[in-house]
Parts: sequence; C-alpha cells; structure tokens
Amino acid sequence: MRIVAKGLTYTYNPKSPFPSQALKGVDLTIEEGEFFGIIGHTGSGKSTFVQHLNALIKVTGGELRIGGIGDAGYDLADKKCNFLELRSKVGMVFQYPEYQLFAETVEKDVAFGLKNFRRDIKDEKEIAAHVKEALETVGLNYAAVKDCSPFELSGGQKRRVAIAGVIVTKPEILILDEPAAGLDPLGKQELMELLHSIHGGWCKTIVIVSHDMDEIAENCTRAAVFSEGKVVMEGKPAEIFRRGEELLSLGLDVPTTARCAMLLKERGIRIDTDFTCDDFAEKVLALYAEGKAGKEGGDAQ
Amino acid sequence: MLNDVIFGQYYPQKSFVHRMDPRAKIVLMIAYIVAIFLANNFYGLAAVVLFLIVAVLFSRVPFGSVLRSVKMILFLIVFTAILNLFFYSTENVHLIWQWGILSLSWESVINMIFLALRLFLLVMGTSILTLTTAPVELTDGIESLLKPLKYIKFPVHELALIMSIALRFIPTLMDETNRIIAAQKARGADFETGGLFKRAKAMIPVLIPLLVSAFRRAEELGDAMDARCYSGAKGRTKYKKLTFTWRDLAATFVVAALITGVVLLNIYLGGKFDILYYFL
Repeated sequence: MRIVAKGLTYTYNPKSPFPSQALKGVDLTIEEGEFFGIIGHTGSGKSTFVQHLNALIKVTGGELRIGGIGDAGYDLADKKCNFLELRSKVGMVFQYPEYQLFAETVEKDVAFGLKNFRRDIKDEKEIAAHVKEALETVGLNYAAVKDCSPFELSGGQKRRVAIAGVIVTKPEILILDEPAAGLDPLGKQELMELLHSIHGGWCKTIVIVSHDMDEIAENCTRAAVFSEGKVVMEGKPAEIFRRGEELLSLGLDVPTTARCAMLLKERGIRIDTDFTCDDFAEKVLALYAEGKAGKEGGDAQ
Repeated sequence: MLNDVIFGQYYPQKSFVHRMDPRAKIVLMIAYIVAIFLANNFYGLAAVVLFLIVAVLFSRVPFGSVLRSVKMILFLIVFTAILNLFFYSTENVHLIWQWGILSLSWESVINMIFLALRLFLLVMGTSILTLTTAPVELTDGIESLLKPLKYIKFPVHELALIMSIALRFIPTLMDETNRIIAAQKARGADFETGGLFKRAKAMIPVLIPLLVSAFRRAEELGDAMDARCYSGAKGRTKYKKLTFTWRDLAATFVVAALITGVVLLNIYLGGKFDILYYFL
C-alpha cells in the first residue's frame, strides 16, 4: 500500500489562546516496499504527520490516502473510513513503547492488539501461536518470557515485547517513532537488524522517524526532511546528505560519514559516496591506494 | 480529548485582576461567596451579577472563557435545580401540581431559579480566580494565608509543596495519558463505544501504564530534590515576595461595597418570593 499525502495541514488547540500549527501543507508520497526515514528536529511536525498515518489524528485539512483507489485503499479524510481495519494494517510503534505495557503477563500484553483487531479468532491456541511468532520475531524466547510480568523485564526486553505487541497483527506498513531512542549501540544495531528481517515479508513498508542521521544513512531507501511543518527535502539519503550544509543550517545533524566528507572537501578532496559506512570506507581506501600509487609513481622510490 | 478537563485553566493576560496579590484574591473570593449566600432576593443577586461583569471586564478575560468553566458543571446545576423544583416544600403556598412527595409550586419554581443562579454565580466567580491566577501564585497565596496554622504544628509548607507539585504534574500526566491512549488505540483499543462498564474496562490499559509512570516520576522527582539538598521549609526564602498594593486595596473596597449593598437590599427590598406577590 502506498501512502499519499497532499497539502496536509493540522493545528493543535485551534480555539485556545495558544493555537499552534504543526503541519503547514505536507505533500509526501511513500511507495510500497520502501524503508522510509523521516528526519526533523523537535516541533517540526514529523510526529504529527506519522500519527495521521493510522488515524490517531484525524485529517482536518488536505488529503491523505493509504493504498489504492476504491476498496483496496483508505481515504483518511473520509469519516466513514474503517479506522479499525486501517490500524490493523498500519502498525505504529511510539517513542518509548515500553511505557504502554499494562497486562499481567507478556503473553496477554502481546495478545491485546490481536484480540482487538481479529475478533474472529476465538481459539486460544491460535492466539498463542501468533503471540509466539511475534515474540520469536523480536528475538525473545517465548517459553521463557510468556508468563513473566512485563514490568520485571529489562529495558531492552520491554521494548521488544512492546514491538511484538504491535507486529503481532502483521501490519503491511510499520511506523516507528524514534525506535532506537535510549538503547545502547548494540541494542540499536539489533533493532535495525530486526526491522530489516521483517521488511519485505508481510511488512512491506517501514517508516522510521529518527534524529540519528547515521541510522537513516545506513538503513533507509529514501527519506524526507521536515522543518516547520513542511517537507523541505526528499530523496535518497545520499542525495539529502550531499546537501549537508543545508541540513546544518536547519539545525539538523549530518551522518559522521558526511561530516568527514565535508572536512575532506575543505581540504580539496572530493569523495563520491552514498554515506553508508561500508561505502565510505571503500571509497576512502580506494582514494588512499590511488594516492599511494600516484606518489610511488611520481617519486619513483 | 482530555484537554478541557482542568477546571478553570489559567488565561495569561496583563490586567488589573491578574496583577493583584493572590492572597487578596483568595480572601475577596471568599467574601464574594459570602455575598452570594447573604443575598436573599433577586436585587441582591443582580448586584452580584453587576460586580461579576465588572470583575470580568477588569480581568480582560473573554466572557466565553469564563462561561466555559460553567459548562463543566452545567449537569450538576441542572440536576440540583430539578431536585429542588420537585422536592422543595417548606414554603409551598401557590401549588400547581402534587403527586405523593413530589410537588410543584410557584415558590419552588422561584426557589429553583434562585438556586441555579447562585450556583452559576459561584462557579463563574471562582473561575475568575483560577483564570487570572497562575497555579504557582495560587499555592503561594494559600501557603501565606495558612501561615498562622504553623503555631499548631500544621505542615503548611509541605501542604503547599504537595499542591504545587500536583498542579505542576497535571499537564505532564495529561500529555502522558494522551500518548498512552494513542498507543493503545494504535493497538486497536476502543474507548468510544459500548456501555459504561465496557468503557471503564477499556481504560485499564491506560490507567496501569499511567500509574506506573506516575510512580516512576515521583521517584525521579524525589531523587532530584534530594540531589539539590531540599530539606523542607526551614530557612527557605521566596523567589517572588507577595506584596499588597493599591490594586488590592481598591478591590477590597469594591467587595466591601458589594456586601454592604447586598445587606441593605436584603433589609429594604424583602425576600425572594416578593416577585410572586407582585404577579399573583
């Protein structure tokens, strides 16, 4: 299912003494099969935008359509749209999802979403099978954790349980708001590996909101930069990070690789890279080997 | 969804009433309530209405915002009014209808209107206090007013601290609640349909995480206060000192005039049922 937003606007507290316009006309298309990154600093409207995608915020201005036209798609501006069905197809993992855990056992918590969306499944065994699959997908041992209270797990485990609680319904589109916030480097890496492992299977599109530019550079197929309620840049991460100066002037960061490339550029060395670590290292090594060869040739030592 | 729950949200403005000493505002509010209950005819209430209009004009808060605070307890006013309409029986003279213990008379109609008006004025007046006084000022004022209780070992400072912390965390917990509701909705939770029992049950996935996070925040706050060597009221000075100014003096005169006026109107213009004798 593709996501198409046209001229999307949204204002918080419109009738109070402090109205704030969070979205000022967002035009964005996310194709099926993308691993899409949304970049922007606090207050840029990125969280408001992603909350529109599964109708947690109702469309008040502009258009938003998910999927094709007709029966297969959802027109979110339409009040008659089946929001429950939409939410089962568009999964949403909030920032610090572990704070939404509530049930007595991990198994019950993960089953919560499934029981809400799939009222037709009555068989406990079938539910348990789905829960088992979800927990194993996020890398937890079903037998070991299913009867634990979610509150006695470690932070990283809690987050995995919370993600399992969202992916248990196998959403076609999965949205994650700062999924790696507060995790250690290894935890971050494992999380990204997890996302890649489900991407392309039942989960066709992944959208992540992130501050971490390295994460975007390494993982995303395409990205958009939000600033003051609008999309100011859109394209492949390499295209976006090539305009590093603009990002910095918006108060955003660039990946470490782009920073290095900018420093090299100041010294007159141009590197054509897509800003992933592997590619960057390769290009630098190639340049180094070339330089060395040139030096050897020139000095004839 | 939950944003309009707070009773009388603060309305930032630079006005006469906003700049008054919170202590004066609290005391004058109590005097205002006394005036409402002293009044026993419609002329007295009219004087109170006049005062209220002047107060709202001087606070430069739009009338709409003041009226919004009444909306919250409209149900309570209507409910009390209906009960009074049918169960009032002390001075029933001009009966209209009677059935068992239920009765309806012209007196009960008048009484109902009188009572509804009183409640209405009460809420409108107190909301002026909360609309024009920031929560921190309010607790400062209460702390200062309760100071005499220290002599009987009443923990005034601690009480004020608890109040300001509670007020401080209302918006935080409100945000948190909205976030948890959104997260559970994303997992298909349904808060909008079903009967009372079903809806109450649907709130469990919201209340438990909220409680957990409230405890977490309380612990963090306690640690932060310890880390900054907080040790209670002893030797503690105030950042903002409260001072009684000409504004407070002027307002005191106005409220004193209001009370005097109400009392005089009571004495010279008779009870609330006089209107009836005029018509019947």
